[in-house]
Amino acid sequence: MEQELLLKMEKISKAFPGVQALSEVDLEVYKGEILALVGENGAGKSTLMKILTGVFKKDEGKIIFKGKEIEARNPHHARQLGISMIYQEFSLVPNLDIATNIFLGNEPTRKFDIFDYERAKTEAERLLKMVGLGVSPDVLVEDLTVAQQQIVEVAKALASESELIIMDEPTSALSKEESERLFGIMKKLKEEGISIIFITHRLEEVFAVADRIVVLRDGRRVGELSCEETRISEVIRLMVGRDVRVVPRVEVSSDDVVLEVRNLSRLPMIKDVSFSLKKGEVLGIAGLVGAGRTEIMRALFGADLKTSGEIFIEGEKVEIQSPNDAVKMGIGLVPEDRKFQGLILIMAVYENISLPSLPFMFSNGIINFEKEYSLAESLVERLSIRTPSIFQAVNNLSGGNQQKVVLAKWLALKPKVLILDEPTRGIDVGSKAEIHHLIDELAKEGIGVILISSELPEILALSDRILVISKGRITKELKREEADQETIMQYAII
Amino acid sequence: MQQEMTKRKNSKSFRFREMNILIALILMCLLITIMNPRFLNPFNLQTIARQVAIYGLLAVGETLVIITGGIDLSVGSLVALIGVLVALFMKGGLSVAFSIIIVLLISSLIGLTHGLFVTKLDVPPFIITLGTLTAARGLASAITKGWPIIGLPESFFFIGQGHIIGIPFPLIILLIFAAIAFFITRYTVLGRQLYATGGNIEAARLSGVNVDRRRIFAYVFNSFLAGVTGIIVASRLSQGQAGVGSGYELNAIAAAVIGGASLAGGEGTILGALIGATIMSVIYDGLILLEISSYWHDVVMGLVIVAAVTIDVWRKRKSKVG
Ligand SMILES: Nc1ncnc2c1ncn2[C@@H]1O[C@H](COP(=O)(O)OP(=O)(O)OP(=O)(O)O)[C@@H](O)[C@H]1O
Ligand SMILES: [Mg+2]
Repeated sequence: MEQELLLKMEKISKAFPGVQALSEVDLEVYKGEILALVGENGAGKSTLMKILTGVFKKDEGKIIFKGKEIEARNPHHARQLGISMIYQEFSLVPNLDIATNIFLGNEPTRKFDIFDYERAKTEAERLLKMVGLGVSPDVLVEDLTVAQQQIVEVAKALASESELIIMDEPTSALSKEESERLFGIMKKLKEEGISIIFITHRLEEVFAVADRIVVLRDGRRVGELSCEETRISEVIRLMVGRDVRVVPRVEVSSDDVVLEVRNLSRLPMIKDVSFSLKKGEVLGIAGLVGAGRTEIMRALFGADLKTSGEIFIEGEKVEIQSPNDAVKMGIGLVPEDRKFQGLILIMAVYENISLPSLPFMFSNGIINFEKEYSLAESLVERLSIRTPSIFQAVNNLSGGNQQKVVLAKWLALKPKVLILDEPTRGIDVGSKAEIHHLIDELAKEGIGVILISSELPEILALSDRILVISKGRITKELKREEADQETIMQYAII
Repeated sequence: MQQEMTKRKNSKSFRFREMNILIALILMCLLITIMNPRFLNPFNLQTIARQVAIYGLLAVGETLVIITGGIDLSVGSLVALIGVLVALFMKGGLSVAFSIIIVLLISSLIGLTHGLFVTKLDVPPFIITLGTLTAARGLASAITKGWPIIGLPESFFFIGQGHIIGIPFPLIILLIFAAIAFFITRYTVLGRQLYATGGNIEAARLSGVNVDRRRIFAYVFNSFLAGVTGIIVASRLSQGQAGVGSGYELNAIAAAVIGGASLAGGEGTILGALIGATIMSVIYDGLILLEISSYWHDVVMGLVIVAAVTIDVWRKRKSKVG
């Protein structure tokens, strides 16, 4: 089969202070193909793409696009050359409408360079139809769901007539149905001759859409596979350089109730939620995106004010009006959005890790740095967080390693109850197994764990008990033995 | 072993932050000295020191507020109001010490009000402190009706005019409060939480930081320091005057930013604020020594601020792209 080469990256190298992010990486993309780029957290996937789009400057190497050597000065320039990137973190302007966003930096103009809004609107309408988003172009971006924003990003890429679209973990915040819609769009684009580089940690997605797979490990290209001729296990082995063991969870039975929630409401969203959690138990919370899982936990944690309800810790009634109260009671929450809720990006790894526990570690109010550093060092090691040092700003870590820092900061607190809201989002397969193992370990240590996840296999593998949530209520409680995907879904759509 | 190494690296980069502006300050002093050697005259150095004390106290307070992601435009007017009040109380027969305690309480309460408006009522700090900027000066003028309050007790003048072993007393006051603020920001849980609050308020709140209290603390501390400055200024002028301190808030903000504070919050150091305040004072002094018409002073200061911020932003961008 003769294929036309669209992009060739040759021997690309890039170093950051303390890290060789990429060494001599080659990458080719053919016209009209979907290439999956996979690798562990910190393998260099985002960095390679950011070099292609001019966010970073490469140290060495050559980039040939459509037969010409190019060097994008910035993402805008890359877009003019025909390369668009949809970032791991979004780049839409929330308080502008869809049409304006789609044509931002690429505006259709009338005489005297005046923005031709009407033309932008009709154009946008056409593009939205093409990507199958049934929303009017004058809707504000902030009123869209994450999935819809994602699709607007695709439309934006199409508007600049890109021949190559890069998608960096586009599905990490999407539900299964939404992801599948996106895959449909990707395949349609492919038929129109557009090439896509697709980064994801969900390997089954790779096999659902991609043609070819390139695997990065520690900043090197370690292999290329054709989707038709390989299996997931082979990809994993290349990615992590070993086989990933899945440790089955052993239930630790205990009768001590650590947390009890009675009639928790936050109207109008959450109504009358009651449940209890035992020491050493993993309680899975299943439900569709938007069912109110996150809202229940935020109300419990004091992040949002509850309208009514009582909370008991180890049998004693406690007042939780703010996260400050919750943390004092020994409750930790790994929030679903790490960048805006989980981390202080400009602060160092060690400062993020110690933040919740500082007041308890140093009750006289004065920080002992030796102690703080060694706490951070030990957690960085325990979670194998990839960072040149604990003094690195969290902003400079790869997405998955940032997520591990959020986990670390709550482990440092040695909580009685730990709430995990999508803890493995954006985490590679190897680390995911490690985190599952960690959850198991935490339970063994006697911590009560509440686990929210949109991935049912994850819930099923880890939970001792499962609560199914629909429309802000608990619709079913399932024991481990009773639970399977069908039963859960049945109660999730009530 | 490796831990040792990384630690040293950290402390080095920590010092380096302030190194740039410290070098700029030294170069500036050299340049002025070459153009007019009178710069090094002890009398001139004392003048600078007194100015540094005033800008420094305000810059230290403002830095704390900026670290938490806020801003306080009221300090210049507070300097005037507190100066007038302390004079009024002393004229009214209260003892010097008692008058000082009362006005410091008043200024702290004003800070508390700012903090409560910002945290509990969600009023933007820019707006609420802009209100005080106008109202406090208005109140000071209303009290004095345009006339300075004079005839204050002799013992009061030591605060602004006295020396201890040749060091102007205001400078000593500055050093005491700067040391406290330095300690808080660098070594305490409270300080870390101030930075966290400014760095990402939602993440800090969800980490159990009581972000409202931290912000209130910053506003109270800042207004308290503005009160201290007001007392020093009144003592230095031997009178309570409604017109003093106008524009000081901008000098304080500029000093903080020159010292590395980021108006986006989460960044800034006390050492930087002190160096920033010194730079501002030296430039003013230099302009006078070089006999540049006072009309030009504000123009120069404006350019200095723009240059400092631009260099800072540019440097950060560069280190980010790697
Ligand atoms: N701006 C930066 N400054 C310093 N180091 C950086 C910077 N950006 C990335 N790195 C480092 O480069 C390496 C590669 O990071 P990159 O973000 O490309 O990983 P990734 O493969 O996208 O991982 P993930 O799957 O977790 O998103 C990591 O070790 C990361 O810490
Ligand atoms: Mg990435």
